Amino acid sequence: MKRQSWKVALAAAVVGCAGAFSSSDAKANELTLCWAAWDPANALVELSKDFEAQSGIKMKFEFVPWPNFADRMLNELNSRGRLCDLMIGDSQWIGGAAENGHYVKLNDFFAKEGISMKDFIPATVTGYAEWPKGTPNYWALPAFGDVVGWTYRKDWFSRPDLRAEFRKKHGRDLAAPKTLAELKEIGMFFQGREIDGRKVFGAAIYTERGSEGITMGVTNILYNYGFQYSDPKKPYSLEGFVNSEAAVRGLQFYKDLYDCCTPPGSSDWYMSETIDAFKSGQVAMQMNFAFIWPGVEADPKVGGGRSGYFPNPAGPGGHFAQLGGQGISVVSYSTRRDAALQYIKWFAQPKVQEKWWAAGGYSALRAVVEAPGFATSQPYAQTFLDSMAIVKDFWAEPAYASLLLAMQKRVHDFVVAGRGTAKQALDGLVRDWNDIFKDEGKKK
Amino acid sequence: MKVNPVDRAAQATPPALARQLRGLSDRALAWIFVGPTVFLLLAINIFPLLWTVWLSFTNYQVNRPNRAVTFVGLSNYQRILTDGDIWITMQATAHFLIWTLVLQVLIGFTLAYLINKKFRGNDLWTTVIVLPMMLSPAVVGNFWTFLYQPQIGLFNYVVGFFTGKDPASFSMIADVSLAPWAIVIVDTWMWTPFVMLICLAGLRSIPDSIYEAAECDRASKWRQFWTITIPMVAPFLMLAVLFRGIENFKMFDLVVQLTGGGPGSTTELTSINLKREAFEKWRTGYASAYAVILFVTVFGLASIYVKALNKVKAR
Repeated sequence: MKRQSWKVALAAAVVGCAGAFSSSDAKANELTLCWAAWDPANALVELSKDFEAQSGIKMKFEFVPWPNFADRMLNELNSRGRLCDLMIGDSQWIGGAAENGHYVKLNDFFAKEGISMKDFIPATVTGYAEWPKGTPNYWALPAFGDVVGWTYRKDWFSRPDLRAEFRKKHGRDLAAPKTLAELKEIGMFFQGREIDGRKVFGAAIYTERGSEGITMGVTNILYNYGFQYSDPKKPYSLEGFVNSEAAVRGLQFYKDLYDCCTPPGSSDWYMSETIDAFKSGQVAMQMNFAFIWPGVEADPKVGGGRSGYFPNPAGPGGHFAQLGGQGISVVSYSTRRDAALQYIKWFAQPKVQEKWWAAGGYSALRAVVEAPGFATSQPYAQTFLDSMAIVKDFWAEPAYASLLLAMQKRVHDFVVAGRGTAKQALDGLVRDWNDIFKDEGKKK
Repeated sequence: MKVNPVDRAAQATPPALARQLRGLSDRALAWIFVGPTVFLLLAINIFPLLWTVWLSFTNYQVNRPNRAVTFVGLSNYQRILTDGDIWITMQATAHFLIWTLVLQVLIGFTLAYLINKKFRGNDLWTTVIVLPMMLSPAVVGNFWTFLYQPQIGLFNYVVGFFTGKDPASFSMIADVSLAPWAIVIVDTWMWTPFVMLICLAGLRSIPDSIYEAAECDRASKWRQFWTITIPMVAPFLMLAVLFRGIENFKMFDLVVQLTGGGPGSTTELTSINLKREAFEKWRTGYASAYAVILFVTVFGLASIYVKALNKVKAR
């Protein structure tokens, strides 16, 4: 009996080992791509089926919802985890990922495969691929162009009674705003108004506290009032640029917009909450990244021509929009680096990029976005092009997380909680950022 | 004849090993048995604690493996203790802690007192009352955000119904003055049953004979309550306060789900702030110092409290 038990155990061990070997063989033929859980990720799953068919490599996906995406994935990279072979990481991670060796440098690969960064929208190359910024050191291939823009209820804007009332009040047509002042006027016009028996509100804007929401919202206004991250002639010199008088007015504008024109209780809203507010008919306008536009267009309640799109309106100090989007990188801890590079090579092809755009992904390849029919290919295509031409991004420094959290706190404290003044908030931000840069050794 | 398991184990021990073990003292044997546990305890609890203390004196950042780690002395501690924002989070934590304890003890004890009376449906009511504490904090946080929703939330509707206020005119989690109370209400709703159960155990442990003796002495119900019930339930109440105090000092999940620490930093409790420093800003050395300060605070307060608890029990 005893001998028989040993035999059974031995047989189980042999079977177990065989299983382990076969599964490791299978894993060698698998790639895991990590990204945020959102609509474009679903489009990429569909698109990647072509890669699987061509290469015989099975694609696995690890998608994490946006509010936890940075937490989860930066933990993965910092712990040198091998979960992800490919990472579509946020644009601001590029500095840290490059300096800490999380991403593979792609210059040699691009040169060998004939992939040129000149073929991509310049802002996306700077935003998603380069580190240090402005130098030809590439750590990612621009994968998904994105930018903050606005959606509005075209059907409400075209109602004769509302148009007449608006014209009487403001002396101009009720149309997509071109300036921030117009945006606020329209927001106030719709705030608390009853439409089809429902109380509606002016605009849904980003106010989220936990991750990056309110920063991604307020920067759209700050840029257009003249806010700058630092002295262009003297890097990391913040005083008078971050907290300039114009920037203070910009921050005050965002608070005024929040106070006058947003739905009650919208104190912690980011992408999904603003989409919900717009699709459920609560708001006349919505600030959000362009990635949502295909979903808006396809929505039975607000799609099919009922909604329109416009770029972030200009302000007294300029015309910019907050860059979103990501590049695709090879994680340096991956044991399947060649297969990962093979995926990037496949993804960079113009035909694949065309299909990517058609599937709902925003291609950053110039051949796609500069094609003659692109601007009319979707109702939002022209707005996307216009918006991508005016982008500006947040810090992409290795210490970006600390810089971001400081801004989240200062801005939320002022805009939502109403603590202090806009000047105090930005002065505080300058102090926080100076401390961080001192810690980083970039400032004395 | 039946052989007992100890004898069977002794017989199964190989002779060579048995000879070796025979020479061991009781103390050595005891160490052999507790050794693995002590080793695990050292590895899992004590070593990380000491390592955290060491890190608190450095500028270490876990996300910057290539950066040199330097000894910074007490500067992390100094920065934390002189940081006004951290004192604001401490105040928010104190507000949350004190009010949740006060409300949970008052309501929990009252409920226990009522449930302790024998009435029809007693068991059913006990089950209904303890339901909230069986839910996951993430679920509770999530559905209370809907209850607090100004336009469709039941909470706002009920408040509006009784006060005549427009439900959409106030937002519990978006208003700076209301948000600290919003988290107190939810925690009280969820954890009062826990305090109630402990108080109930205390009430049921009081022998009826004591009340009968008091009745014979013609003590009024009010006097019985203050001289019998309260003193005899006090150790249980204090235990409940200790458990809830420690739990709420490190409260994280429920509040993150409800308010994310907002509006602004109004409900940013110390544990949320610490998590941001450690795992979002990745300031490991600084966060370690922060954790040490919180540990010393909780440990110190809990030690004082346990001493007081023992005194009450001794009475």
